[in-house]
Amino acid sequence: MARIPAVPTGTEPGPEFRGSLGEDRVPHTPRAITWKRRRRAVTQFWSIYRKNGMGMAGLYILVIFGAIALLAPVISSSRGLDPTLANGPILAGPSLKYPLGTDDLGRSVLTMTIWGSRISLMVGLMATVLTMIIGASVGIVAGYRGRWVDALLMRITDWFLVIPWLALAIVLASILGQSLFIIVVVIAVTSWPSTARVVRAQVLSVKQRPFVERARALGASDWHLVTRHVLPNVFPVIFANTILVVAIAILSETTLSFLGLGDPLHVSWGTILEFAYDAGATSLGAWWWLVAPGVCIVLVVLAFTMCGYAFDEILNPRIRER
Amino acid sequence: MKTRTYLLQKIGQVVLTMFFILLFNFLLFRVLPGNPAVLLARAAGARLTKADQLQLIRDLGLDKPLIGQFFTYIGDTLRGNLGKSTIVYPGQSVTSIFSEFLRPTLILVGISTILSTIFGVLMGIHAGWRRGSRFDLSSMGFSLVLYAMPEWWLGILLLIFFAVTLGLFPTGGLVSVTQNYTGFGHFVDLLNHLFLPCLTLTLAFLGEYYLLMRSSLLDVLGEEYITLARAKGLREKLVLWRHAVRNALLPTVTLVALNFGYVLAGAITVETVYSYPGLGKLTFDALSAKDFPLLQGMFLFFSLAVIIANLIADLLYAYLDPRVREA
Repeated sequence: MARIPAVPTGTEPGPEFRGSLGEDRVPHTPRAITWKRRRRAVTQFWSIYRKNGMGMAGLYILVIFGAIALLAPVISSSRGLDPTLANGPILAGPSLKYPLGTDDLGRSVLTMTIWGSRISLMVGLMATVLTMIIGASVGIVAGYRGRWVDALLMRITDWFLVIPWLALAIVLASILGQSLFIIVVVIAVTSWPSTARVVRAQVLSVKQRPFVERARALGASDWHLVTRHVLPNVFPVIFANTILVVAIAILSETTLSFLGLGDPLHVSWGTILEFAYDAGATSLGAWWWLVAPGVCIVLVVLAFTMCGYAFDEILNPRIRER
Repeated sequence: MKTRTYLLQKIGQVVLTMFFILLFNFLLFRVLPGNPAVLLARAAGARLTKADQLQLIRDLGLDKPLIGQFFTYIGDTLRGNLGKSTIVYPGQSVTSIFSEFLRPTLILVGISTILSTIFGVLMGIHAGWRRGSRFDLSSMGFSLVLYAMPEWWLGILLLIFFAVTLGLFPTGGLVSVTQNYTGFGHFVDLLNHLFLPCLTLTLAFLGEYYLLMRSSLLDVLGEEYITLARAKGLREKLVLWRHAVRNALLPTVTLVALNFGYVLAGAITVETVYSYPGLGKLTFDALSAKDFPLLQGMFLFFSLAVIIANLIADLLYAYLDPRVREA
């Protein structure tokens, strides 16, 4: 019988033997079994997800935008972003040569929107990663430690939850200055609390399960329990939450950019809209300058939200049965 | 007795949260890169000489120990003294500026919150009750798109379409400056200016209320007391309004309070788009000009507003749902 190793790594070789029926050739170390189980879970998840129309539609949109962002240098030249090289007509509406029109410097709005996708998606993803790191750490520590640590961390979380996010973001960004890094930090600082709460709730439930108690009885350390038992079981919740956080992070970036807190040196969908608004595109009726970046934001946020809904539906049987 | 303990506990939490916010606000503008004098100097450009800066540091009491500064700050704040604006309205006290700009924002935020809640809830009830119907599917799509939209972008589109292209509404401001309306004409003029910002904020938050009401109604419809109500032979309308909706409305109360912070955020951007002279536009002006005392006051004021909104929601929830008090 395979025993649960008290040391996380495979320092001692587990008992190796072939499957009795000879159908799988994988050594039955605890680790191999675990990975097999996880692979099966992912395959199973995918087969349910594939049947979810909303989730698949969202996924398709995301793949398209991901491809556009990655292939931006192939699709269009970054020279199109340089105001000194711009040679198009000024503030012209959509035409064959400029399908989405031009801005007040004669740059193609299409080129800017394509390149803007890189910064918007990158800031959104980076802010999400940071949000997840802060939120998941706080949630796991609070839920796992319990007692006064939990009480203190949850008080702080509640406090961040109550503060109006944009007011906090404005105050932070105006003091710290303007750069992509600071935008990422500001978004993460204002959006981790909900993640922390979700993760904590899940940790509280996982902590009570028999296999954790068993591992503890076998002398597993806190670190081992958290990384090998708690984290893998909390991971699906973290992942589902991540998708929704990306949507919020992208929206936050555009709003901060619109208020002039973005990085003026990088073109994102938010900064294109800010340039357009500042240049008076609204009163000039230059709708093409404002529509394309905005539609891209809506599509990407919508796609992430749809994927998140699909995840929620699969992970939360209560909703599925309804 | 239990109600009183619950009340005291909630109020205690609010006091603690307020203290945290004061501490945070204090530290943020003093400990982070550059003390207020440096920030003020940066904002004023190179006009401040070294001697001026030292004078400023003495005036603001920044040469005193941090703990002493903190108590002075708390005392001043409790007395309603939030300092003076430096750039946007130089020399005016922050409190008096706020009281001037408060009313338009209260009207805008109040009306749009009421409208988005009513319409969102009604749509949610209708969609949840006839689940899978054409109305359900189309309003679901509509709500998700609204949810995915930055509210200020929606505002810009509505502004271009209704005000610039069609010329139906004024493009911004609180009243027409060129005309001198009185009486009823003035009222109509005010409404005319309020319409588009209010529509924008209403639409921006409609989707969330719809989604929440729909899913909470679906939850409630699965409960056993609904089956019982039907088994008793009650008419369907009665089952819906008397039994299901009443209980499904509860989460909406919390969402209105939780959303309050987001509505204020929306007010900042939407008021900016429509040049609507409220606290939101004021915040934007303070931000662009780097008027730190004004920003600091704004942060305190918005936080206080959201905390009070949450307290009201907690108390209301306890009143509506006795289970919360007992827990």
